[in-house]
Amino acid sequence: MYSRRSRFLTIMLILGLAFFYIPMIMLVIYSFNDSKLVPVWGGWSVRWYQVLFESEEVWSAVALSLKIAFINATCATILGTMAGLAMVRFGRFRGRTLFGGLLVAPLVMPEVITGLSLLVMFIALNQLFGWPGERGFTTITIAHITFSLAYVAVTIQARLTGMGETLEEAAADLGAKPFKVLTAITLPRLTPALVSGWLLAFTLSLDDLVIASFVTGPGANTLPILIFSRIRTGLRPDINALATIIILAVAICISIAAILMFRQQRADMLDQQMAAREDT
Amino acid sequence: MGAKLTETNAVSDTPWLNQDGQQPLVKIKGLTKKYGGWAAVDNIDLDIYEGELFCLLGGSGCGKSTLLRMLAGFETLNSGTITIDGVDMADVPAYERPTNMMFQSYALFPHMSVEKNIAFGLQQDRMPKSEIGDRVHEILKLVELENFKKRKPKQLSGGQRQRVALARALVKEPKLLLLDEPLAALDKKLRKQTQFELANIQDQVGVTFIVVTHDQEEAMTLATRMAVMDAGRFKQVGTPTEIYEFPNSRFVADFIGSANIFEGRVTENGADHVRVKTEIGEVFIDHGQSVNVDSKIWVALRPEKIHIVKSQDPASGPNQVSGEVDDIGYLGETSIYKVKLPSGHIVDVTAPNQTRPMNRTHRITWEDKVNISWEPSSAMLLTS
Amino acid sequence: MTDVKAQKPTIAAAPRKTVFQRFMRRVQNNFRLIIIAVPLVWLVLFFLAPFFIVAKISLAELAIASPPFTPMIEWLDGGVVTIRLVFDNFAYILNDSLYFDTYVNSLKISVTSTIICLLLGYPIAYAIVRSGPVAKPLLLFAIILPFWTSFLLRVYAWMGLLADQGTINNLLLRLGLIDEPIRMLYTEFAVYVGIVYTYMPFMILPLYANMEKLDGSLNEAAADLGSRPTNTFFRVTLPLTMPGIIAGSLLVFIPATGEYVIPDLLGGGNVQMIGRVLFNEFSSNSDWPVAAAVAIVLLFLLVIPIIIFQYFQGKASQDP
Repeated sequence: MYSRRSRFLTIMLILGLAFFYIPMIMLVIYSFNDSKLVPVWGGWSVRWYQVLFESEEVWSAVALSLKIAFINATCATILGTMAGLAMVRFGRFRGRTLFGGLLVAPLVMPEVITGLSLLVMFIALNQLFGWPGERGFTTITIAHITFSLAYVAVTIQARLTGMGETLEEAAADLGAKPFKVLTAITLPRLTPALVSGWLLAFTLSLDDLVIASFVTGPGANTLPILIFSRIRTGLRPDINALATIIILAVAICISIAAILMFRQQRADMLDQQMAAREDT
Repeated sequence: MGAKLTETNAVSDTPWLNQDGQQPLVKIKGLTKKYGGWAAVDNIDLDIYEGELFCLLGGSGCGKSTLLRMLAGFETLNSGTITIDGVDMADVPAYERPTNMMFQSYALFPHMSVEKNIAFGLQQDRMPKSEIGDRVHEILKLVELENFKKRKPKQLSGGQRQRVALARALVKEPKLLLLDEPLAALDKKLRKQTQFELANIQDQVGVTFIVVTHDQEEAMTLATRMAVMDAGRFKQVGTPTEIYEFPNSRFVADFIGSANIFEGRVTENGADHVRVKTEIGEVFIDHGQSVNVDSKIWVALRPEKIHIVKSQDPASGPNQVSGEVDDIGYLGETSIYKVKLPSGHIVDVTAPNQTRPMNRTHRITWEDKVNISWEPSSAMLLTS
Repeated sequence: MTDVKAQKPTIAAAPRKTVFQRFMRRVQNNFRLIIIAVPLVWLVLFFLAPFFIVAKISLAELAIASPPFTPMIEWLDGGVVTIRLVFDNFAYILNDSLYFDTYVNSLKISVTSTIICLLLGYPIAYAIVRSGPVAKPLLLFAIILPFWTSFLLRVYAWMGLLADQGTINNLLLRLGLIDEPIRMLYTEFAVYVGIVYTYMPFMILPLYANMEKLDGSLNEAAADLGSRPTNTFFRVTLPLTMPGIIAGSLLVFIPATGEYVIPDLLGGGNVQMIGRVLFNEFSSNSDWPVAAAVAIVLLFLLVIPIIIFQYFQGKASQDP
């Protein structure tokens, strides 16, 4: 449904994009500021990048965050895919309503509530079973998987519903047992959703501050926890540098993904045009 | 087994007639499927014999697809039994049934090549690789797609996809092949051509086909026998000729082809003839049918079985009525005349346009006085 | 098919299965159960059960212990069990005007921000839907991109813009529009800007998804029947995009109500929101029972919006 876009809509669009991007552009520009006071321009410099790279603390926080994000994304993708399959492909079963509710609630639950309740759960578990012991890497990962799997499940559910069930029925009709149908048909077709689910879970984990703050223990600082502790007291030029690096990394990754997707789409369109000519 | 594909079918052409000689391949008894309180399939009985090409014909929502999906094992049934080749299918899951399905959307696996799509079913049977290769090659030859085996479904045209779907279902040599609107996705010209191809392939492989379709022309072309379905029930089961020429109800007469239907009462019931007094006058029928005198009845007349001639004189004699042309529909090969009778009824008459209308005027034109008539054998008696 | 089955080795001749093969056999046999049970157990254990523990703690008293609250069930001499439910925490929260005002303030800020997001986001989503086939994916991409970058850093970016010596004040001073910096950072205004900025994509994306599905010929039909664009918008487009409006609004409203980072960084100590109070109650004061009670009350406030949201999600996943 694309027709004329009225002038009002165009202006709103431009203002909206400016609103989205100007803050980030300023953030990047000031990361090259030589001055120690962020808002006061003291000429171009990369000294804050040097400060950043020399910081042991930053490196260990980055390492911890990446490790948690990676494990979280992998586990959440597996669990979320199972949940999505159960919701879309298994018809009615006992506890389905509860399951559905538990899958949607983490998407909107305020982080402070999720964080607090997970913390008291870990303490209770520790008192009862002596596990998970010292809070930190394990507890943060479990907490992240819990909310990430809900996001993955939504992605998978949408894709499964969109795909329809006909191909699975066709495979069963040709003699494939349920497990074979899953591995030969459903999972290969889910690949794009699995990839985007994994990336979403990875990003959510890297981004989380509040829940990690609740469930972390002494010494386990993820990158957001580190950043937060530094910016609470005001502007810090080294954080501008860090932000620039993160924005750059994200922009590069997403651009590559977008280009690949665009190419695939174009190839598909060409294929279809070629094939359509072959009918007599 | 491979030889079977090229062998011609030795089974009789009309297996449903000599029932004592042969057990039906598919036996359906009292089959019912309910969604909530509404019966999609309502207490259906049906026997299908080996080698048949059976068509299920009906409008959308009549239950034909549900019936097909129950045969394939995708829908559970509320009551009744399905027996295929003597085995009750109640506890047999879809992946163990001796049936294969050709889906309306074809359901080709988009991430597999043509070859892999076709081999998929054979791999599930753990058939040796070399044999899979042979069988795939053979079936690709049958559907004339040898040069396309490495292509992905999205690189195929509609007609080619249709043939891959057929090949994939056939290669497993099922006892029963289920086809859900097999030609619906093709455009009209290709569809007509493919109808005959499909019937030929069925003849060559000798597999029993059940075809679901909403297109009556397709059903009549393909079927050895067909069932007309409405609201979950069979209205009539028979050969295309039986159903067209001897419909058992107003519904069937009107659903298949078109018919002029008039209400009347039986006035005379002889051994070899029946007279009916109808709204448009007396109708004489020269084939005996067991109807009671004075019972309410309907007479159906196919538009193409009515003769139409220009006439100034009022008509006389049996099965002759005069009227006036109210409207004409020019279809090229034929024309439809809407003839208004003195009683006010409109009768549809079709006539082939055997001569080219000169000076853009038709032989019979608007407001012409005409006589219409039909053979005593042409009128069909309907009791319901 | 029959001769193929005959080629299968008999059971006696079958080679011993490896551990992995036997494991896979088990998985295949219990396929359905495993797929349902694993994520369900995880969610019950780490999402549902914790709420009950929070509820339990909210009914306990602060104690000098680890963890710092009194147990609910106590064994007295002679095997008598007493269950102590203390409603003091709830009474304290509801009577103390500090907490009450904070709840009201949180709701005020989140409702207002949701409305601003809707008013700004709706035309933006509509503009994207109405864009050409080349511009559309690019614009959508531009809206999603910030979502993939760090939330914390996006809030931080506004600290730089809004600070007393920040970019905006510098610019205005240099242009001579103001004589002294306007105080923007650490005010309620800054909190609004932060919430609208970070939650806007959550409004735009459901709206876009909803509008994209609308049949373009509906607008043409309305125009054909003599309806002016404004009339068409209010009579056709707006009612049909209601599901998107509801989904987007809830996606902004619910998390914004419990927001912690934005009031902390952009509001400083000057803007009280319940998420921040909860966090501080818990971390600085270590008063877990009160923190738990604050969380339970917040949950009660949000339970109806959450149920509405689940209802719409459930409907959306049933019919695509």
